[in-house]
Amino acid sequence: MQRYIIRRLLLVIPTLLGVSLVVFTIVRLVPGDVISVISGDFGSSDKTSRDALLKEYGLDDNIPKQYVNWLGDVVRFDLGKSILSNRTVSSELKNRLPITFELGIMAIFFSMMIAIPIGLISAMRQDTAWDYIGRSFAIGLLAAPGFAIALMLITFASRYFIWGVPPKGYIHLTDDPVGNIRMLIVPAMLLGAGLAGSVMRFTRSTMLEVLRQDYIRTAWSKGLTERVIILRHAMRNAFIPVITVIGLQLPVIVGGTVIIESVYSIPGMGRYYIESVNNRDYPVIQGINLVVALVVVFANLGVDLMYSVLDPRIRYS
Amino acid sequence: MASSTTAATLEQYALQPQPSTPVRFRRGIIRFCRTKPLGAFGAVIVIMLVAMAFFPGIFTSQEPNPSPPPLAERYQGPSASHWFGTDNFGRDMYTRLVYGARTSITIGFGVVLISSVLAALLGVVSGYFGGWADMLIQRLVDIGIALPGLIFIILVVTTLQNLPVTLRIIMPVGILVALGSSRVIRGAAISAKQNQYVEAARVIGATDTRIIARHVLPNVMAVVIVGASIQIGGAVLVESALSFLGYGIPPPTPSWGRMLNESRQQLANYPHLVIFPTLAIFLTVYSFNMLGDALRDVLDPRLRGSR
Repeated sequence: MQRYIIRRLLLVIPTLLGVSLVVFTIVRLVPGDVISVISGDFGSSDKTSRDALLKEYGLDDNIPKQYVNWLGDVVRFDLGKSILSNRTVSSELKNRLPITFELGIMAIFFSMMIAIPIGLISAMRQDTAWDYIGRSFAIGLLAAPGFAIALMLITFASRYFIWGVPPKGYIHLTDDPVGNIRMLIVPAMLLGAGLAGSVMRFTRSTMLEVLRQDYIRTAWSKGLTERVIILRHAMRNAFIPVITVIGLQLPVIVGGTVIIESVYSIPGMGRYYIESVNNRDYPVIQGINLVVALVVVFANLGVDLMYSVLDPRIRYS
Repeated sequence: MASSTTAATLEQYALQPQPSTPVRFRRGIIRFCRTKPLGAFGAVIVIMLVAMAFFPGIFTSQEPNPSPPPLAERYQGPSASHWFGTDNFGRDMYTRLVYGARTSITIGFGVVLISSVLAALLGVVSGYFGGWADMLIQRLVDIGIALPGLIFIILVVTTLQNLPVTLRIIMPVGILVALGSSRVIRGAAISAKQNQYVEAARVIGATDTRIIARHVLPNVMAVVIVGASIQIGGAVLVESALSFLGYGIPPPTPSWGRMLNESRQQLANYPHLVIFPTLAIFLTVYSFNMLGDALRDVLDPRLRGSR
């Protein structure tokens, strides 16, 4: 087990290198750069001032050299400075990361609340009306484009409910927890709705598989009630694989926050990410990319380890 | 007595003319519709969408981009002559939705073509051969999973300016989807490899290529087909999200996502401009998902059986 963990931790390194290298290279291939964005603000496109700025931000070197320089800073926990705001990337992220994190946790919570009961009932009553209604609902949530639903809610629901409105100012969790949650609940539900479909589908298929196992038949023939069979025997085993799906959904959540934070004007990391892409603010894009990759890699490692704790048959070596 | 009845029944059965292939095919479809009504519904919508993509003229007699635009008919609500109303240029929304199906279907099928072939290739090589090839491919998959999907796609779409935009969307989406789903195929390939008939094939001297083509691929195909149907739905959503953010198919080609993007400002006054494209995306993604789920129930041996 220990050896497995060490091996997995070592494998994190090539993954992070690969992810950062791909993004590092591709942002520099995107036409246009941050210097034009900055100098456009001042209405000047002077060659010498442009060269000076390029030099100041180390953008005059070739890409491999720039990458090595950036990597050297990263291993010293320095993500560099945002070119646009001239503040350090870590200080820019310090305020935004918790917001996106909170939104993501809430979204995962909502998706499980919807997906798991529906998945269970769907599997228990396969090919009945309950199955069709439940699945249609969960897949319907997945199929609805979240941004369009968000627009409709903002426009129409705001006539009836206060929470449909994108707020003028963001209410922080530490300032007013109730106000904060009231504000984030609708975006989180929209984000979670998209995930619910995949989690429901996975719950249903693992549950169907478990329900066909011999020990479930034994439980039936012992005369146990359906309640006991489902709760004690089937659910425990069906849930283990469901956890992995949540680990795999993390990048999807990040993509979702990019859109939902933009629509709802939530000052989180997702919105900052797309703004930085539009501004070609390379250090910020690289910084967020690295943070996201770290979270995804470690979440998946955590999920795999949890797997072996929950299911004693699985032992990694 | 009992045994003679059985023998007689068997004999009768054997003497009966076997149903021809079209008849069996028709019976299979009828059974699919009866046991999987949602999947059958999905299949009907999918067939309709594909028909719309190839022959939009069957579904509407109007032009998606009439020139000059009938500006006198701007912002009309749904009516008998314009079922879903008209947009800011007076163009018929129903017609634009019908023609928009081509964009969604092209991207959906394009993505799945790339992702299925690539995922099957990576998954089977990784699972069947194992060793260093597996190690290398799995690290690639790790990178693909940890990449921020939407941002990666946006970066690629903005970078490769000299390729047609459809291809710029299809390629990165297809590659990302392939990396993710190749892991499932790898699992299926590993379990297929452990079958005794594979061992037997190897004993009689079958080459790896032959074993893969004859024994491993057929076992993996169910996973590929089910995945493909669901991934088309996902690709349609990604295209609409990209167009909504302003990175998708440029005008005047009708695209559901861009129709949403263009009309978001008018939502309060002309809700039909947002509601109908949303419904189109919804119905498409829902149908591909339902079809995929039904195919999984039918094709996956672990879920087959009682009921």
